[in-house]
Amino acid sequence: MKVMAQMSMVMNLDKCIGCHTCSVTCKQAWTNRSGVEYVWFNNVETRPGIGYPRRYEDQEKWGGGWVRTKSGRLKLRSGGRLKKLATIFSNPKLPEIHDYYEPWTYEYDMLLNAPAGEHTPVAKPKSLLTGEDMKISWSANWDDNLGGSRETMQDDPILQHMSEHVASEFEQTFMFYLPRICEHCLNPSCVASCPSGAMYKRVEDGIVLVDQDQCRGWRMCVSGCPYKKVYFNHKTGKAEKCTLCYPRLEVGLPTVCSETCVGRLRYLGLVLYDADKVAEAARVENEHELLESQRSVFLDPHDPAVVQAAREAGIPEDWIDAAQRSPIHKLINEYRVALPLHPEYRTMPMVWYIPPLSPVVDVVASSGNDGEDAKTLFSAISKLRIPLEYLAGLFTAGDTRPVEASLRKLAAMRSYMRGINLGEGKDERIADAVGMTGETIEEMYRLLAIAKYEERYVIPAAHTEQARELDELACSLDYDGGPGMGGAGPFGSSSGQPVPVAVENFHALKNRQTADRPSTPGRVNLLNWDGNGSPQGLFPPKGDGVGDGGE
Amino acid sequence: MNDAWNVLLWVALPYAAFAVFVVGHIWRYRYDKFGWTTRSSQTYENRLLRWGSPMFHLGILMVIAGHVVGLLIPREWLYAIGIDEHMYHLGATVLGSFAALLTIAGLVILIYRRRTVGPVFLATTRMDKVMYVFLGGVILFGTLATVMYQVLGPGYEYRGTVGPWFRSLILMQPQPELMADVPLMFQLHVLCATLLFALWPFTRLVHVFSAPIGYLFRPYIVYRSRDAASTRPGTSGRKRGWEGIQTPDPKKLTKL
Repeated sequence: MKVMAQMSMVMNLDKCIGCHTCSVTCKQAWTNRSGVEYVWFNNVETRPGIGYPRRYEDQEKWGGGWVRTKSGRLKLRSGGRLKKLATIFSNPKLPEIHDYYEPWTYEYDMLLNAPAGEHTPVAKPKSLLTGEDMKISWSANWDDNLGGSRETMQDDPILQHMSEHVASEFEQTFMFYLPRICEHCLNPSCVASCPSGAMYKRVEDGIVLVDQDQCRGWRMCVSGCPYKKVYFNHKTGKAEKCTLCYPRLEVGLPTVCSETCVGRLRYLGLVLYDADKVAEAARVENEHELLESQRSVFLDPHDPAVVQAAREAGIPEDWIDAAQRSPIHKLINEYRVALPLHPEYRTMPMVWYIPPLSPVVDVVASSGNDGEDAKTLFSAISKLRIPLEYLAGLFTAGDTRPVEASLRKLAAMRSYMRGINLGEGKDERIADAVGMTGETIEEMYRLLAIAKYEERYVIPAAHTEQARELDELACSLDYDGGPGMGGAGPFGSSSGQPVPVAVENFHALKNRQTADRPSTPGRVNLLNWDGNGSPQGLFPPKGDGVGDGGE
Repeated sequence: MNDAWNVLLWVALPYAAFAVFVVGHIWRYRYDKFGWTTRSSQTYENRLLRWGSPMFHLGILMVIAGHVVGLLIPREWLYAIGIDEHMYHLGATVLGSFAALLTIAGLVILIYRRRTVGPVFLATTRMDKVMYVFLGGVILFGTLATVMYQVLGPGYEYRGTVGPWFRSLILMQPQPELMADVPLMFQLHVLCATLLFALWPFTRLVHVFSAPIGYLFRPYIVYRSRDAASTRPGTSGRKRGWEGIQTPDPKKLTKL
C-alpha cells in the first residue's frame, strides 16, 4: 500500500444556477491574458448540449484518454509513444481554435471617438486573432440555457449514444448545468502524452501542472486530455491548464471558482488513495465497473492501518486530520452520492458530481403531484428514463443503477427532512428504503444544505511553506529592497535569486505585519510603529565598523 | 581569391559561428527557458500544416542524415565497406534529390501558409523572417548545386574538398585552401549554412535540441514534488505570457 493524498472537488449539480460566476472569476484570475483569450479553465455547460470545445466528448474524433487493449493493458487512445513521436510534426487530433471559438473584442473606442454623424456609432466585433471585423457565430457557451439548441442539440455525443426514441423527446424533458474544471486525474492521460515530461502530478496533493519552462509546445497533452482541459497558449506556444489555484490551496484558501460560487455547490477536500492500485483499477474490463474500482482505490482515513501507512509515507498529521474531515470522502465513499465525470475515459478523474434531482422534482411537481413525497419521487426516478440515461452517459459510462441510487438518496433526504420540518417526525422507513439511517441522512443534509465555509472547504496548508519561510528569513536581507541593503545581485536589480512568490509567503507576511515585535532582528515594521522613540534597527548602527558611511 | 579571404571565410567565420552557436544556446537555455518552444501555429490552421510540416521535417531529417554521411565519413571508409564512387554518387543524388524535393515542397507550403493565413502571419516574428531567409537560402543553394553539378552535370566530388575541409575544422587543423576552388554554388551553400548556425540559438530552431527522445524511456505518469519546482534560474525579468489582451492590427496583414 502506497498512500498518497489527492486534493479533489465535488460539485452538487442541483444547486448550480448556471450564473457563470465561477467561469468569470477564474478567467479574471488566470486567463485574462494575450494568447489565452479563448481559454476557460472553468466553464459551465448547459446539458444537453455540445459543450466546449464543441463535441469534446466524442473520443472517436478527438482520441483523448485511455483504452483497454485486448490483452488487458492500458493504451493511450490516440496511440503510444512511437505513434506520438511519429505524428509530432502535425498532431492529427489537435483541435483548432475554431473548435473552441474565435475570440473577439469590440471596437469600444468607436463609441467615444466616432466623428459626428447621422447614425449612432456602434462597437463592431473584432477578431482577436486577426484584428479584422468578424461575425460572432460561436462561443464557450453559445447554447447556454438551450439557446439555439434545436440546431445543435442532436450533435450532443451523449444523446447520440442513447436510443433514438429517447433523443427525439428530449427537449420537453429537462436541462441542467455542468461546471467543468480540470479533473486532476489519478491516471492523467495528458501527463502520459507529454513528450517533454513537462506535465506532472504533484506528489503532495495530486494537482496536475505544466512546467512552463520545460514545455516545448508539442501539443500532445491538448489532444491527450479527453476533457479538453489542457489548452494551447497561441502566443507563448506553451500548454496551460487549470492549476486548482494551487497558490491559494497552499495557504489554506479554496480555489477562486469555489470561493466565488454563488450556489455554494463546490466542496474541496483531501482523499487518501492507494497509488499502487490505480493502474489496476483503471483497466478493469467492464466500463460499468470503473466507478466501483475507482472507489476501491480510495482509502478510509479513519482506518488505523491507513493512518499508520500515511504517516510512514510522510503525510503530515494535519493532512491526515484534514482527510478525516474531508467532505469529499464523505460524499464519495460514505454517502456514495457523488459520481465521476466520464469514468470510461479511464483517467480516474478526481472532480466528482452529485447528479441533479431537480429535473425529476420539476416533472413530478408540474404534473400536480407531491414533489417531496418519497414514494412519488422514487417511482418517478425509475420511470423517467431520459434523465436517468443521460446522466448515466455522463457519470457512469451508461450504467443507470448508480445514478438511480444516488438520486434516490437525494429524494429520500428531501422527503425525510420535510417530515422533520413539518413536525411529522423522523420516518425511518424512508431512510431504510435507500439503505441509509436517519442519522446519516441528517448528516448528509447538513453537509449538502447548510455546511459552512470551513466544512465545505477542508484545506490543510502546505508544509514546505515553513521551509520557504525559514529560507526567506535567512536571505531576506538580500533581495532587492530588503533592509539588509545587500541590494541587487551581481548583474543588476532583477538578476540573481527570484524573490519568492508573494502568495506563497502569505502567512509569513501576515505574521510579520501583525507581530508586536520585529520578526527579524534589525528589522522594523513601520506599519506597527507608533512613532515614538527610535526602535532598534530603524537607523543603521552608529560609529562601529564598515557599514557606517554617508548617513 | 586570396589567402586572407580564404582564412576569413573558411576558418574564422565557421569558428565564430560555432562559438556563437554554442554560447548562444547556453545563454538562451539559462535565460529564456520559457521562450524555448516550437511556437507551433497548428491551432490557427491545420489544413495546410497537415501536409507541409511533416513533409518539410521528414525531408530535412533525411537531408541532415545525408550530410552526416557525406561530410563526416571519409570516402575511404565507404570504399572499405564496398561502396565505390559510382554507387555513392548514384545513391546520394537519388536520395538527396528526393529529400530535397520533399523539403522544398514542404517549405513552400509552409511559407505560403505563413503569408496567407492571417493569424499565422501575425504570429510571425522578425527573427522568424530572418531565419526563413537564411534557411531558404541554404536549401536553395544546396539544391542548385546538386542540380547543376550532380544531376545535369558530370558530378562534383565534394568528398575530396568540402568533406575534408569540414573534418579539418573539427580536428582543429583547418585547411582553408581545400575550399578555395570549390564551385560557387557549393561555397554559397556553405556560407549560408554557417550564418544560419550563428543565428540558430536566437530563433525558433532551438526546438531541434528538444527532440523528445526521453519520452520513449520514461514512465507514462510523471510525479514531482513541490520542492523540486521551487527555484529556477533564468526566466527572471520580463513576465511573458502575462500580457493583457490587445486587438491585433489588421493592417499588418496586408504589409509584406
